[in-house]
This record gives sequence, structure tokens and C-alpha cells, in this order.
Amino acid sequence: MRAVVNKMSLKFESRSVNEAFARQAVGAFAAQLDPTMEELGDIKTVVSEAVTNAIVHGYADRSGFITVTVRLFEGRILEVKVKDAGRGIENVEQARQPMFTTGDDTRSGMGFTIMESFTDKLRVRSTPGKGTIVTMVKLLKERDG
Amino acid sequence: MLHITQAERDGTLTVSLAGELDHHAARMAIEQTEDLLALYPCGQLVLELSGLTFMDSSGLAVVLHLHRTCARSGREFIVRGAPPQPMRVFEASGLPQVMIFERGE
Ligand SMILES: Nc1ncnc2c1ncn2[C@@H]1O[C@H](COP(=O)(O)OP(=O)(O)OP(=O)(O)O)[C@@H](O)[C@H]1O
Ligand SMILES: [Mg+2]
Repeated sequence: MRAVVNKMSLKFESRSVNEAFARQAVGAFAAQLDPTMEELGDIKTVVSEAVTNAIVHGYADRSGFITVTVRLFEGRILEVKVKDAGRGIENVEQARQPMFTTGDDTRSGMGFTIMESFTDKLRVRSTPGKGTIVTMVKLLKERDG
Repeated sequence: MLHITQAERDGTLTVSLAGELDHHAARMAIEQTEDLLALYPCGQLVLELSGLTFMDSSGLAVVLHLHRTCARSGREFIVRGAPPQPMRVFEASGLPQVMIFERGE
């Protein structure tokens, strides 16, 4: 395991206005690695996906807290963990399929597909009735100079 | 925050979205655009996205919704001018293979 260089954590209520707060805060924290515009866009996008899922699916019928933890490892490795204590996912494999959704007409079932294609590793741990933890790892390119 | 503006000319309704299109803004984008379509009878809908500073999968649902509405009512639907970050989300979804996407002018 590589050494942790820096770490931060945010805890906020499951309100949709906090989607923008979460992705901007994680983007600002990741800025210390001097990511490319594309990498920064990818990071904000996947945070938005995971946090939105926690709000609309995890806490579909009540409100609760969401925790986002970011760790930076040696070698320009960024790890984002999004945790909710909501209703959980019965079948994670099915949930990760493109276009699978249990949501309404503002959902397209592409969130996990986007998280997978914009990061290097996606892990989903979920217990029905207890909650969900989504962990994403992204390796940032070396920058010259 | 998402800002929605419209312009109608020669049978084309152009709806421009500027700012951040996420779950928080998706419902409003769908409803306002549907209202505009009802208000302006037109043969073509252009969704102009050059002012977007952020978009996630919620934007895919908005585009899919409008694509369906236009198909049902016999209108042409075009997505125009998506900046790089929204375009990466569209590309990951495969939508540009099945709909009309145009670069901005
Ligand atoms: N945190 C969560 N808690 C409970 N269920 C979840 C959670 N995250 C995802 N899911 C389930 O997994 C499904 C797929 O999620 P995914 O993000 O891929 O698509 P979506 O959220 O339905 O649509 P989109 O992300 O395109 O708006 C969801 O519809 C939901 O059933
Ligand atoms: Mg989702």
C-alpha cells in the first residue's frame, strides 16, 4: 500500500443543492495535484454521480448524512469514497449495468457506467437496509515541469 | 445554477442551457423546455449547450426526454455546442451515435 500524502472528509445532508458543493469541494482539494482540465472534469463528474445516487436512491424516502472522503496517495493517486446510510442496493451487479435504473424520468441508468469509464477502479459495497459505500480510484498523469 | 433562455426563428426553437446541469436542475430543464415546445409550434428543436460549465448523467436524461418528445411530435432534435466536459459524458453514454450532435459555430 502506498503512503497517504493528504486526506480530507466532508459530511453533509442529503439535499440536492449539496451535489454542487461536494463536487466543487473535491475538485478544489484535488487541485493540489495540478490535474489537467479533463482530469478535473472527470473527478467532479464522478463525485456528482455518486453523491446524486446517495441522495436520490440511498435516501429516496428520508434524509440522512453523506460522507465524502478523499485520500491522495504517493504517485498521483486519488481515491474518493462516498458513503451513505440509506436503503442499500439489493443486486450490485445488476445496478452497475448500463441503463439499469430504478429511478424516475430524470435518471438514465448511466451513473455507474460513467464512474467506471472516468476512473481506474470502482468498487461498490452495499448492504440492503444499511447503506452503500462507493470507492473510486483515479491515477493522474505525470505533469512535466 | 442553471439558466434557460430561448429564441425562435424560421420554425426552429433554440433553447440554451447555461451553468450547471445536474440532478438539482434536471427537472426544471425538462419542464421549462416542454413548456416552451408547447408555446412555440416549431419543426425543429435545437438544444444549445455552449454555456454549460458542468453536466452529469442528469443531462443525459434531459436529452433523452427531449429526443423522445420530438420524435413523438415529428420534430427534428439537435444537440449543439456541448463543451468538452459535457461532451465526455455524452460520449461515455453512446448518445452521439444515435442522435444529432453538432459543434457550436
Ligand atoms: N447509493 C445508492 N443507494 C441505493 N441504491 C443505489 C445507490 N446508487 C445506485 N443505486 C441503484 O443503482 C441504480 C443504478 O445507478 P446509476 O447511477 O448507474 O443509474 P441511475 O442513478 O438510476 O441513473 P443516472 O445516474 O443515469 O441518473 C440506481 O437506479 C439505483 O437503483
Ligand atoms: Mg445515478
